[in-house]
Amino acid sequence: MISFLEYNMIKLNTFFSADFLAAPLRMVYDALVSVMDFIMHPLQNLVGVRGMAYIFVLPNLLIFGIFILFPMLLNFYYAFTGGSRLFPQDRPFVGLDNLNRLFTCQDFLSPNTCREDLFWRAATNTVTFVFLQVALLVLVSLVTALILNRNIQARGFFRSVFFYPVLLSPVVVALIWKWILQQDGVLNAIIVSLGGEKLPFLISADWARFWVIVISVWAQMGFYTLILLAGLQSIPGELYEAASMDGAGAVQAFRAITIPLLMPTMLVVLVLSLIRAVQAFDQVFAFTGGGPGTATTYMVQYIFTVGFASPAREFGLAAAASLVMAAVLLLLTAGQLRLGRTSNLA
Amino acid sequence: MKSRGLLFLLIALVALGVNLVAAQDVVELRITWYSDGNEGEVLRGLLDEFEAANPDIKVVVDEVDYANGIQQLLPVQVEAGEGPDMARITNFDIYKGKYLDLRPLVADAAYWEESFPASTLAALRSADDTDQIYGFQNQVTVTGPFINRTLFEQAGIEVPTGDVTWEEWTEVSKQVAEATGTPYAIAMDRSGHRFAGPAFSQGATYFNEDGSITMDTPGFRKMAEILLGWHTSGITPADVWIGAGGTYNPAAPYFINGQLVMYMSGSWQISNFATNIGDAFDWEAVPNPTGPGGSTGMPGGTFFVAFGDTEHPAEVARVMDYLASVDVLKAFTEKTLFLPAHLGLGELNYQTDNALAAAALNMFVAEVPKLSEQAYKLQYGGLAFAINDPVRDRLTQVLTGELTLDEAMVQLQQDVDDKLATR
Repeated sequence: MISFLEYNMIKLNTFFSADFLAAPLRMVYDALVSVMDFIMHPLQNLVGVRGMAYIFVLPNLLIFGIFILFPMLLNFYYAFTGGSRLFPQDRPFVGLDNLNRLFTCQDFLSPNTCREDLFWRAATNTVTFVFLQVALLVLVSLVTALILNRNIQARGFFRSVFFYPVLLSPVVVALIWKWILQQDGVLNAIIVSLGGEKLPFLISADWARFWVIVISVWAQMGFYTLILLAGLQSIPGELYEAASMDGAGAVQAFRAITIPLLMPTMLVVLVLSLIRAVQAFDQVFAFTGGGPGTATTYMVQYIFTVGFASPAREFGLAAAASLVMAAVLLLLTAGQLRLGRTSNLA
Repeated sequence: MKSRGLLFLLIALVALGVNLVAAQDVVELRITWYSDGNEGEVLRGLLDEFEAANPDIKVVVDEVDYANGIQQLLPVQVEAGEGPDMARITNFDIYKGKYLDLRPLVADAAYWEESFPASTLAALRSADDTDQIYGFQNQVTVTGPFINRTLFEQAGIEVPTGDVTWEEWTEVSKQVAEATGTPYAIAMDRSGHRFAGPAFSQGATYFNEDGSITMDTPGFRKMAEILLGWHTSGITPADVWIGAGGTYNPAAPYFINGQLVMYMSGSWQISNFATNIGDAFDWEAVPNPTGPGGSTGMPGGTFFVAFGDTEHPAEVARVMDYLASVDVLKAFTEKTLFLPAHLGLGELNYQTDNALAAAALNMFVAEVPKLSEQAYKLQYGGLAFAINDPVRDRLTQVLTGELTLDEAMVQLQQDVDDKLATR
């Protein structure tokens, strides 16, 4: 029996025996193989062939442990500490004080009655944003994918155009739109030149909320359109031909073929867009700073502000808020998984 | 061929080694700095002279913006032990315990004590500190209003003099704006620090005699209502307070572009105006408006400090000694048009042929004796940011209609209490 490593070596050797490779490259390759063999052979003798799988995933596990698991545990610990010192050993244990502070409320539907009213404002804003943004994003992406799936002129060009904003940095997107929408911005200049009055795009709460949603849909729809387009193209054309022969119209075919067969892809889009919407921060922060007032302050910005931007640097309160947010996300994810299983069974 | 190749390799390695040794001899220090006007350029020029005289030290100045770089990132960097060697700061309270004690390192500690007001040296010290020297105040500022005098002349309206209230300034600025077709009459930077002076003039008192803090006073409400009135009547650019999110936001661009009649800011704008307004119009600083609490602005300014995590304390002390020396600080002050905290600079020859800037400097110097006790307590009592930032943010919520003034006062008191509890 040969080991996993030896099997791969044989495959690579076969590849490198081709004539098109020059001698220097071959030498480098040989040197690398020798070095790897020097390390891997004794290692394989030590841990066995099955153990090698763990050796190969170890680097990734280390990165996951250091940059994800450890900060998560640290966050959990911080949620039960107080003060403004950064290092854990300097922070006093305060038990459930931070969570109590977040949940001290006379009426949860009225943020003004809550001790930490900004947390509840951010929570309300986030729920509204997620609901509206995800619904609009999925709808616009679906319509765009359906159009781009048709045999229209310059289809490749339009696919590129819709995907282009996805390549832009969120901060760049925010600054471009801010330049357009600010009080003395391009759009108001056009409105005034046409004889109209300036509109308070970024200083009215309703307008600001509207534009935050529109811009995030504009910036992200290309990505989801691409996924839905792939889903649409995987539906066999014969199904539509058969439906047509049976006398089904376009709407009927859409309802009976497209929607059911696209549902797994739609679920992926829904899950991804929902998670991204809950995490909304960088683009909105650069665009409105969370304002006017707190109209576009979402949960991640609240956590950032409390922990890092406020002079008090309440890391404990910020960590407690992120625990609450994590719990909500866990519930949402569980719900989506359940939904996914149900739709698969159906 | 092989031996020649080896020779080249040897020469290259020796050259690299020489460079590395040379590089190791030069100590690199970093300063985190922000600029309102030309002070970054002036500092760089002075440091170039220092480096020429001290070839073993190289000083890198990292210019950052105030809101993010100084207010948000620097405290975290310093707390994590990843901060610069030195920095220009305003919120000196949050770094207490993190400064480098320069007393045993500087050439003459007595010079520092004689040159800088004891209260400014003490402002950097923790409660259990005694005589440590952590840095110096390199700029004194006073808040106060500016007016666009050209617009008053065009409107044919006299600039009010004597004891003028905020209500009267609001009215006259409005008249000037209407007469001249200027978009905005009056504006104030989005800052709790800027709001505090006018509030104290209206009779607000933050600090009680027993040491407690009460935000809800008739004077505070009065000034808040005036600010709200500016917004509801549309005479102030709403972008400044309402459209700025959660950060400091200056209204200076509106004033510089001639779109504003009266602008409440402070002495640090003088260099900015001298540079950017030029001779486009005549501007001047006017005394802080008066009220039941007198006529007061807010003191302020920036400190230049050294941090304890530096790996080169001796070299840092040499740079600090240099920048705090009479000649250097005098040159810095004269070129930046700042008000100095140093007590022994003598007569200053501000390097500007701009008569408006010189007059504004004199105006702000005259404001210093009028500053109220409450104003000094707020600025140097270590609570400035714990109070000013919530004031700014809660007032913004009133301006956007999210909160009534009554609701805002309750939340504001809670915010301040919470922040005091975490200190």
